[in-house]
Amino acid sequence: MARAWQRPSPWPHPWMGPAAWTLGLAFLAWNVVSLDVDPARVARGLGRLGTVLARAVPPDFSRTGLIASGVIESIEIATLSTVLGVLLGIPVAVLAARNVVALPVYAGGRGVVTLGRTLHELILAIIIVKAVGFGPLAGVLTLTVGAVASFAKLLAEQIETIDRGPIEAIRATGASRGAVLIYGVLPQVLPRIIGLSIYQWDVHLRHSTIIGIVGAGGIGATLYNAFARYDYDFALAILIIIVAIVLVGEGVSAAARAKVQ
Amino acid sequence: MGDTAVGARVWRRYSPAQTAARWSAELALAVVTALMLWHVGVRWEYLADAPAQVGDLLGRMLPPEWAFAGSLLHPLAQTINIATLGTAGAIVLSLPIAFFAALNTTPGRVAYALARVVIVVSRSVDTLIWALVFIIVVGPGSLAGTLAVAMRSIGFLAKLFAEGIEEIDRGQVEAVTATGASRLATLLYGIVPQVKPVFLGVSIYRWDINIRESTVLGLVGAGGIGFTLNDAILGLEWARVGLIILVVLAVVLLSEAVSALARRRVT
Amino acid sequence: MLEVSGLEKTYPTGDHALRGVSFTVEGRDAVFVIGPSGAGKSTLLRCVNRLVEPDRGVVRLDGLDVTALDTRALRAARRRMGMIFQEFNLVERLTVMENVLSGRLGYVGLWPAWRRRFPPDDVEAAYRTLARVGLEGFENKRADELSGGQRQRVGIARALVQRPQILLVDEPTSSLDPRTSETVMALITGLAAEDGIPALVNIHDVPLARAFARRIIGLAAGRIVFDGPPAMLDEPALEKIYGARLHEANA
Repeated sequence: MARAWQRPSPWPHPWMGPAAWTLGLAFLAWNVVSLDVDPARVARGLGRLGTVLARAVPPDFSRTGLIASGVIESIEIATLSTVLGVLLGIPVAVLAARNVVALPVYAGGRGVVTLGRTLHELILAIIIVKAVGFGPLAGVLTLTVGAVASFAKLLAEQIETIDRGPIEAIRATGASRGAVLIYGVLPQVLPRIIGLSIYQWDVHLRHSTIIGIVGAGGIGATLYNAFARYDYDFALAILIIIVAIVLVGEGVSAAARAKVQ
Repeated sequence: MGDTAVGARVWRRYSPAQTAARWSAELALAVVTALMLWHVGVRWEYLADAPAQVGDLLGRMLPPEWAFAGSLLHPLAQTINIATLGTAGAIVLSLPIAFFAALNTTPGRVAYALARVVIVVSRSVDTLIWALVFIIVVGPGSLAGTLAVAMRSIGFLAKLFAEGIEEIDRGQVEAVTATGASRLATLLYGIVPQVKPVFLGVSIYRWDINIRESTVLGLVGAGGIGFTLNDAILGLEWARVGLIILVVLAVVLLSEAVSALARRRVT
Repeated sequence: MLEVSGLEKTYPTGDHALRGVSFTVEGRDAVFVIGPSGAGKSTLLRCVNRLVEPDRGVVRLDGLDVTALDTRALRAARRRMGMIFQEFNLVERLTVMENVLSGRLGYVGLWPAWRRRFPPDDVEAAYRTLARVGLEGFENKRADELSGGQRQRVGIARALVQRPQILLVDEPTSSLDPRTSETVMALITGLAAEDGIPALVNIHDVPLARAFARRIIGLAAGRIVFDGPPAMLDEPALEKIYGARLHEANA
């Protein structure tokens, strides 16, 4: 007598929902099974956890010189690669904006952008360290490559969303191509360029903490060495410093972007 | 008014003071950049040599050693395992943190502050650095990698989940509360339907980022294809390095495409 | 019977919304509360089911002191009061049926609620209520696919399926066009009368209140300044509620 009700399935066929769940769970199960965990090693490590913690606490901030030079190098790498990345990224962004260039050029621009973003910074760093040697220069170049691609991608998206109205209005006054660029496009894009650059700097500050692992300079190298020498109290100090710089960087970046927009 | 030559008004976009400020800001940036360039110590002869070096390297990497592809299957599977399990673990752990870290669902100030600290620490430390930490605890291998991926992702997910929770429409929750439903029932009917698409989208997005992160974990000994890459580099097997890089490119691009497709489906 | 006495509320912002409001709703009357925005209408309604916690005063529903209840008992009391909202407040991503059934959430366990397995009687009641509000066959539509009038009908069904002892109705027509407003208002008062329950209705539209009310309460700056049948709502009374401005606007 009482009517029943069932929630309509979001799938085109009712069997698809359970099937998707089963597949997903099976995939996860396969992940767990094939993780290759050595329980004995894990047990030993967990047993040693107390010792490791005891050696790490309190953190050792006494080697200020090493920490300071690492931090400064990280900031330099982040800043230089951002400046270079932005300068080189602007033309790439124009080439990767669908509403500015012809389709074949756009395809090429998008290709460069996609490839540059796909490889992890660390892999890029390895290749660049081979090319220019150890040190912060390798770090700057690595992050610049990444910056060109990711900055160009973000900026291209911004260019694609600019308002056509003002451009049309300025073109209607009979202005030249250059004038249209200066009065119609630039005012719309410039604040976004500045905002994106600051954001990039913030991202690079994070990345500059790891590329030292493969010898590309920055605080990461100091940290890696501390781990390698079982200097856990020094390592903890560096970790705290990294969290602090990233936080400060994020704060500076947020404040600067708020001021620009 | 009669003397037009003198009386013609001058218009400037910026006042002289503003112009000075803009110019000095730009000048300061240029000076800082120059100082940093000098301090970093660019060795120009190395830089000049770089294109030749890269060319040489590419020459050794290409053509890639296709025969080695078979040995990449296992490390590749491991890379995907690490990313997927790490993401899954992080999703489970970040859900309660997100509810604590959202202003409209947090149970109290202490919980809010704690959740925010967890988010900040998790996010500020790169996956690779987390890997270094976990290697100390559980030893080298994919478990350390999985834990590192999870640890880094918790902050990312919890932060974006919390933003999703803060954006919900209060009215829908109020209406369910007004029916006399319990706290948990209100969560299920008033909040979950609103945040579900955001949660799914963000999780899938993080999975795709984690695939990329997992490709390098092996460089510090935390499992996956990076391990094989490291071996090949140390053994100067450049043709293998070339192949591995190509495979990594393909996997990352593929996961990005899958992620984009899946995200379009859920929102 | 709903008895409200000495209700006061000041928000943390310092906004003194209610300054001692007392009245009684008896039998199956529909009582309409009018007043300018900011007069405290919405706060008053929400103090009845304690979506807003009053600072002072007592609310009694059929003799039960709602203001004295602990969380658990308050939830039980809320189940006996159906609420209808200005912005409909449907859970947009859920189906019509799920929205209506959420009126029964207080009576089912968490697991069945999660699985959407409500008792057959509740499902049957939901179907019937949907038919009563004129939405037969809409059960599997998602709430965000509906028009404003249809959404408010779902909101009404959600409140009615609670089998409430009173309806609390907050500006039910402010988000609707004039024609739909009248239909929706007729539906609310009609269904409340059919079920023999009183309704406390906030409304800003004075002509609409006159058309449907047997009793009107005028609220101004947190105080009751008028209480009587629509016939008594003359120019001086309106001026007392809205100040001189409405007078000019109508002139």
